Amino acid sequence: MSALRESPSGEPQAGTQPAVRLTAVTAGYDHRPALEEIDLEIEPGSLVAIFGPNGGGKSTLLKLIADLIQPWSGTVEVLGEPAGRTAHRIAYVTQAELVDWSFPVSVWDVAMMGRYPRLGPWRRPGPVDHDAVAAALERVGMTELRSSQIGSLSGGQRRRAFLARAIASEPDLYLLDEPVTGVDVTTQEDLMALLASETAAGRTAIATTHDLAAAAEHFTTVVALNQRIIAVGPSSLVLDPEVLSKTYGGHLLVLGNQAVVMDDAHHHDSASGGEQHYHERPERR
Amino acid sequence: MLSPITEPLAYDFFLRALLASSMVGVVCAVIGSYMVLRGLAFMGDALSHAAFPGVVVAYLLKGPFYIGATVAAIATAVAIGWVTRRGNLRGDTAIGVLFAGMFALGIFLFSLIPNYVGDLFGFLFGEVLGIGFGDLVALVGLAFGVLAVIAILWKELLYTTFDPLGAAASGLPVAALDYLLLALIAVTIVVSLQAVGVVLVVAMLITPAATAQLLTRSFARLLAVAVGIGVVAPLVGLYASYWLNAASGATIVLVETALFLAALAFRLQQGRRRTHEVGA
Repeated sequence: MSALRESPSGEPQAGTQPAVRLTAVTAGYDHRPALEEIDLEIEPGSLVAIFGPNGGGKSTLLKLIADLIQPWSGTVEVLGEPAGRTAHRIAYVTQAELVDWSFPVSVWDVAMMGRYPRLGPWRRPGPVDHDAVAAALERVGMTELRSSQIGSLSGGQRRRAFLARAIASEPDLYLLDEPVTGVDVTTQEDLMALLASETAAGRTAIATTHDLAAAAEHFTTVVALNQRIIAVGPSSLVLDPEVLSKTYGGHLLVLGNQAVVMDDAHHHDSASGGEQHYHERPERR
Repeated sequence: MLSPITEPLAYDFFLRALLASSMVGVVCAVIGSYMVLRGLAFMGDALSHAAFPGVVVAYLLKGPFYIGATVAAIATAVAIGWVTRRGNLRGDTAIGVLFAGMFALGIFLFSLIPNYVGDLFGFLFGEVLGIGFGDLVALVGLAFGVLAVIAILWKELLYTTFDPLGAAASGLPVAALDYLLLALIAVTIVVSLQAVGVVLVVAMLITPAATAQLLTRSFARLLAVAVGIGVVAPLVGLYASYWLNAASGATIVLVETALFLAALAFRLQQGRRRTHEVGA
């Protein structure tokens, strides 16, 4: 385990209200439950990865916190209030594959959308908003590309533009659906460094990912999810064979030092169908 | 001395038609820009046809046509949403069924009226040269109403069109804005009925924005180009219909279609030139 960093948020922070608290939550689509009896507390300042198989409820959990879907039963509290009440303090970064990239908006336009909810219908963006957008674009390294139409960008640049929108909205809670999927290594490093600095400032970031290597390397807390919470703890959990086998069930093969996750029905990335993810365990001799 | 441009301007009916059709062109182009970006072209066609039974019923009850048309179009929009959710059907399936059913109801009622009714025939294919002063005032008022709502909510509608999940999570009332846009589409269709008729309204809505989409890559310019086309095409179309003695609504739509094809040709040529440059 020497390759692992110590995880600062592993220690409980006494006396603070959790950023997110789910109590006995069951939720799903039509009559099919995606999540059952979820109890989860996330402390402010955490940098959390939710991982698990496709169909395991990762996006559903994120959408519950964002109040995009309602639980069948149980309660969801966000930033100390029932989910939905604190929407203006949340930035939700949509999965890349759900965005229409041919849409006629520039990087600047996308980042400015982060300001719209706080402006309200009557006010137009003013100097304060322009400054916030310019600062956000600077932080994600997109100042030079601010006038580019989003469809002309690479996958990594598109992620940067969306993170700029999130930063420009000055949220207390970042919710990111597969933020590191399909982006280059440099972008992945930059985005995670930004989120780390945001969480160091007391904000909370929760991301879904099916990239176990990214979860182990970049996040301080991980949640293993497969319809139920399998485990919550420091990022070293993703390397625990027992947690992995419980989370992925029959889709996990442990071959010597390598854990091989075989997801069916994979529709992420631009990779060809039938892909497999190979995640090396770091403690190689 | 009369020139081809000034001669028709001597007629009040022509001036009214010019004002009415360019007003329709502007409001259709603005609403149509959101529709094109949301993939609502088929919905627009459906709501315009669905307005027809409302027009016929209003005629039978001797009420104002725009109230009947608005009620029918909005009721159909709500019904499409309800059938899609409750029937667990694809949206375009629900639209196809209800749109044809409502239009059939309109034709059915129309056919029960014993005498030939030229007024109602005008609503099918448009007769902007016959628009009266009272109707013109109502049309301009409704059009300004729609534009005022867009002027207030353009950025919220843009955000929810682009990324409904992100917009909803940050607190924008996405469902309410969706319904509002459908209502605005319905009112816009009603405003346009006299100018181009039930069958051709969809072209006024979609074609200018589609043309603009071929030429621009920013939303502000898309709106500007679409509105430009929305003003110019009715002017050109009305003069052409006057001098050719052709149906006005159809001529306006043909002008817009020609502009679309020209933009498409331009775009394809640009693409080819770019490929050549890269290849060289």
